[in-house]
Amino acid sequence: MNETLQDTVTRICSSFSGDRSRLMDVVQAVHDECGHVPRPAMEMIAQELGISRVEVESLISFYSFYTDQPQGQVVIRLCNDIVDRMSGMDRVAQAFSAELGIGFGQTTPDGTISLMYTPCIGMSDQGPAALINDVVVTNLSSDSAREIVQELKLHLDPTRLIKHLGDGNNAHELIQAMVNNNIRLKGDMLFSVINRGEALNKALNISPMEVIRAVKTARLRGRGGAGFPAGMKWEYTRAAKGDKKYVMCNADEGEPGTFKDRVLLTELPDRVFAGMTIAGYAIGAEEGILYLRQEYAYLKEFLENVLQKRRGDGLLGQNVMGKEGFNFNIRIQMGAGAYVCGEETALISSCEGLRGDPKNRPPFPAQKGYLGYPTIVNNVETLCCVTKILELGPASFNEQGTERSAGTKLLSISGDCKLPGIYEVPLGIELSEVLKMAGAEDAIAVQVGGASGQMVAPEDFNRHICFDDLSTGGSIMVFGAQRNILEIVHTFMDFFVEESCGYCTPCRVGNQLLRQRLELIMEGKGEPADLENLEELCQTVKTCSRCGLGQTSPNPILSTLKHFRPVYEAMVQEEKDGFQPAFDLRESLAVSERIIGRQSVHVHS
Amino acid sequence: MNQPVTFFIDGQVIQGQPGQTILEAAQDARVYIPRLCYREGLSNFGACRVCTVLVNDKPVAACTTPITEGMMIENDTERVQNYRKDLIDMLFVEGNHFCMFCEKSGNCELQALAYRFRIPAPKYLFQFPQREIDASHPDIFIDRNRCILCGRCVRASKELDGKNVFQFVGRGTEKRIAVNADQLSDTDAVVTDQAMDACPVGAILKKHIGYTIPVGKRVYDHQPIGADIEDSAVASDT
Repeated sequence: MNETLQDTVTRICSSFSGDRSRLMDVVQAVHDECGHVPRPAMEMIAQELGISRVEVESLISFYSFYTDQPQGQVVIRLCNDIVDRMSGMDRVAQAFSAELGIGFGQTTPDGTISLMYTPCIGMSDQGPAALINDVVVTNLSSDSAREIVQELKLHLDPTRLIKHLGDGNNAHELIQAMVNNNIRLKGDMLFSVINRGEALNKALNISPMEVIRAVKTARLRGRGGAGFPAGMKWEYTRAAKGDKKYVMCNADEGEPGTFKDRVLLTELPDRVFAGMTIAGYAIGAEEGILYLRQEYAYLKEFLENVLQKRRGDGLLGQNVMGKEGFNFNIRIQMGAGAYVCGEETALISSCEGLRGDPKNRPPFPAQKGYLGYPTIVNNVETLCCVTKILELGPASFNEQGTERSAGTKLLSISGDCKLPGIYEVPLGIELSEVLKMAGAEDAIAVQVGGASGQMVAPEDFNRHICFDDLSTGGSIMVFGAQRNILEIVHTFMDFFVEESCGYCTPCRVGNQLLRQRLELIMEGKGEPADLENLEELCQTVKTCSRCGLGQTSPNPILSTLKHFRPVYEAMVQEEKDGFQPAFDLRESLAVSERIIGRQSVHVHS
Repeated sequence: MNQPVTFFIDGQVIQGQPGQTILEAAQDARVYIPRLCYREGLSNFGACRVCTVLVNDKPVAACTTPITEGMMIENDTERVQNYRKDLIDMLFVEGNHFCMFCEKSGNCELQALAYRFRIPAPKYLFQFPQREIDASHPDIFIDRNRCILCGRCVRASKELDGKNVFQFVGRGTEKRIAVNADQLSDTDAVVTDQAMDACPVGAILKKHIGYTIPVGKRVYDHQPIGADIEDSAVASDT
């Protein structure tokens, strides 16, 4: 007998105990079963969870992987980040579109396949790439795109599209992905052989304060990009008053051009989870949450299985590794397509079953985080570093790197280079050295730190990759002589406009205005004064925005205005005839002319 | 007894109560910090950013930042006021605002701020968005053209009326106010809800009373916005 929609919703909601804070999971489950969240289901979910319908609608409308409109059984999401564009995304897009007979944002008339764009899916080293439901397809060409559509039309089963498996755990029976790790340079920190359980065992044999001291002695700073000292974060959270505390791992790797966490989660999941467990012991938490971006859903079953094994082996659960009184468990929270959720307070909001709006600070998560309890949020790589520090001691960690930027860093290098992929390098390394390793000596520009980072010109390739100079969460995007700097910057601005949560004025409106002003300049409608105006607007957005997104989104414009100014200057011209170049009198009068039924003598004479 | 917190705004020594935000403590000391999404009696939101001040040179929203001992705050300086001007400009071009025939004219906080900041016309390009109106309710009218997404209605409905009539949907440029039904008349909203008085602009309007207050008697006809806060300073000084 067919279950009614009401039965489905009731079953799903009760599987999460009617807990309002699990709204993401509830919506995800309904979405998985129905292909979308029908409006009547919103009302039912609201009833079951004791909230109002508009709150459910509010959440669904926030995340790009959720929709209240019917869509195809198969959804093709073609990645449109800058590097994928550079590797031939347009041809792939045309092939998908032509073969399906639909445009982007549309569903085939028989309702089976939908086609859309999505921002960086963490495959810049093997683009053009797309997500077909949860299945990742990489190195696409127009031919392979056509073949994919032809096959899908036959069986509508994305898993059958995978003809060859990637290296390492990508071939694991629970992953079965064509993704390649592309590990190009293994440093002796992250990719050395580890003994599972050793770091955790060592941690549990010292006091929580000693664990924190070790992390502090190692001078570990957050690997997500911001570089906050991890030990200090832990110390604050341990000291904060709270009945419960939480450890969160930020696996919402959304910064364009970053894909190192993908590789860590694929190859070193035990290390990530051990890091979380050690953090839990250090701060006095019993629960950890790994926030996994939806784009990496193909890793979920595998990661769940790793967790299961750890529970079975006593590495999670009651009295971890026999340590009396230390109980710790980890659950995976799926994201649903929102770059801003990589911001730690937005990530917490999302875990609480809310829109991914960042929170006001203070209070900081260390004082009041997840559900109001003291919480630490650490990046995947940071937690991997923790296990290393506990295993081999702080000294072995900080013998590499610099005084203020200790240890090694994973870089995800992509774009115009011969060897895109993952490189583990000591912090403080010169950018030029990195470019040489990746076969990118001909670069004319390098974006360091993702879309929110900065564009570096060749005269600055001798700068250093570290927290105090060129800081990056891992993303290094290389651009060759054939690339147009303004188009690259425009792609980044498109991304920020799309991904701004819209909470605060400067980010919501300012990024829109920045993009528009940039477009006018690109169309040759700018005047020299526009460059100063652009700079000024950038400063307002940076200064007044509420979270890191708006505080960094003007960086691509600012850094290119500074280091590539001639590119802008070549596009602007002094105003003529007293008219601003951006003002088109003829176009402005067109509507009124149509209404009154005659042409203006002044414009047309 | 709570020890007062001493801090400085533009060099002026101010004493506030522990737990107060910069905006509240400043207001008690009769220093006006411009604001839009802040409303007394509602939780602090920090969305419009018009109350941005610099604390030891670091920008923060005065409405969400608690005062601390010795804080050095920059409020009424050219740099800070220019940021605020830009933000007000942004709100004007983001929506479709038509002060000259808006019922809220003269009582509108956004308009009043533009006057206070002497903004004759916004410097940014108008975006002319397509926005929906909702005239379904017999007594209340929603015009999203004039909405600045301050969330005061959302909070007032929840926190003061104990309802949940309004919520944000969408994100980024698509973000808008939605109601807890297909249209406002299908919700439990009534015109006496405090949420209906919370709107700083003309996005939530009561029907049947448009233009009843004559020009000259409207809130901001004679004094700029914030003058009530600053005026009491004059009153107590004399």
